[in-house]
Amino acid sequence: MMKKLSPVIEWFTLLFCTGTVLSFLVVILYDLVVKGWSTLSWRFITALPTQGMTRGGILPAITGTITLTLVTALVAVPLGIGCAVYLNEYAPDNWMTRLIRGSIRNLSGVPSIIYGLFGLALFVQGMGMGTSMIAAGLTLGLLSLPYIISTTEEALRRIPASTREAALGIGATQFESIRDVVLPSALPGILTGVVLTLSRAAGETAPILFTGVAFYITGSSGFLNQEFMALPYHLYMLSTQHQSIEEVRPLAYGTALVLIIVVFLLNLTAFYIRYKHSNND
Amino acid sequence: MTEDVAIMIKEKTKLSAAGVNLWFGNKHVLKNVGVSFSEKKVTALIGPSGCGKSTLLRCFNRMHDLAPDVRIEGKLALEKQDLYDRAISVTQVRKRIGMVFQKANPFPKSIYENINYGLKINDVPAGERQGIIENALKESFLWDEVKDDLKKPATRLSGGQQQRLCIARTVALRPEVILMDEPCSALDPISTSKVEELIEKLREQYTIVIVTHNMQQAQRVADSTIFMYLGEVVEAGNTSDIFNNPQKELTANYVRGHFG
Repeated sequence: MMKKLSPVIEWFTLLFCTGTVLSFLVVILYDLVVKGWSTLSWRFITALPTQGMTRGGILPAITGTITLTLVTALVAVPLGIGCAVYLNEYAPDNWMTRLIRGSIRNLSGVPSIIYGLFGLALFVQGMGMGTSMIAAGLTLGLLSLPYIISTTEEALRRIPASTREAALGIGATQFESIRDVVLPSALPGILTGVVLTLSRAAGETAPILFTGVAFYITGSSGFLNQEFMALPYHLYMLSTQHQSIEEVRPLAYGTALVLIIVVFLLNLTAFYIRYKHSNND
Repeated sequence: MTEDVAIMIKEKTKLSAAGVNLWFGNKHVLKNVGVSFSEKKVTALIGPSGCGKSTLLRCFNRMHDLAPDVRIEGKLALEKQDLYDRAISVTQVRKRIGMVFQKANPFPKSIYENINYGLKINDVPAGERQGIIENALKESFLWDEVKDDLKKPATRLSGGQQQRLCIARTVALRPEVILMDEPCSALDPISTSKVEELIEKLREQYTIVIVTHNMQQAQRVADSTIFMYLGEVVEAGNTSDIFNNPQKELTANYVRGHFG
């Protein structure tokens, strides 16, 4: 009797776990859409904030977040992929490599506020960049690096030796085999890692808090040497720091919804590229 | 068993190994191996799993170069050219000595690009490539099957077609020697016979060394056969002699299927 019953119990237990996790997601999304939908309008995403944030749109925060994500990607993607290629393809398997790999894993566990303070000390003050888009982008880049390295290395490790040998066998150099065969084969995995990391970075507040984000700027964000507005920080300010919180609550929901949509679009792009790539295989 | 075994004195030796020892870490895998392969002949390397035949094969195109913990001693030569000489680059070696692997491993690119890629990295002028690609596909008996969809991803081909594409990719570079590491072990009988037919054709132009577990295959395709056991060459000679009139008891037991 137990033998017969236990698969059913197991199935229900696992379904319950999945259902619980999903229900949180559904509740959050539902809440956001219901309360933020009325705020969303063309004007909301294309206008500057006016009257002490109580009216107008959030254009500078949107462009700020998009630019910031681009700067982060420019910093973290080439460095991270290069580092992962070195670790997985070139580095000898010795204590030094293991130490480096272990350190990178540990770095991904460092709280983001510490990256923020580190960025403040190094980029803003040490290198004299001031609180700016570039300082914040570099800080977020540092935060993203360990994730990109780990996921890229994982993707490279899944490429079988026979794929590498195919290229080496016809006279490709090790570099050519990596550039032309190994990296393209690992691209879907790498891309997934990059996009997940960047969408996390786009939503970070702590690392940009001291390094470049501003509550309000006139004009649109987008200059590397200037402070900028960003969606997560804007949301934080509207929800907790504004002098008339009740009045701006709908704007806060609208902002949250836009942030989710931006991240969703980013994921959709990756999904599309992966889909196209898998069709070519 | 230790001296260099010349298979047929009157034939020109294309590829040879003399006094070759190889270690993976502390494991002594090849023990004082001496073999030679005649030009434009097919030589089969046979022996039970783990006897070192694939390891030996991979010495010739220096596939062990990137593996850590591998130590190779002895002399491996393509005609007079020492393959491990500092003056010759590993990519030159691999252009002259092509390899077909156990499992078909086409690039995740189109059929056309699979061959084109090798030509590109070996600096074949772009104008000549089209013709070479077409020719290589014809030589590999693949042209009629794929000529209408050269842009199709190579991974959509059947296993046998993929393996023939890998052979086409290799012959497109006009190597002097083709090493085949159990090229049919993952193929069905029909694909296998197609590949064997292809080997029959290729022997006119190339020196072929084929590692195989299939005794019938060795007898069907090879002029000469070398039997290896536990990292040593036990016996080498004409294929018919090895199978019908072996000199060593070990060889006799193996070819009659008593072990391995």
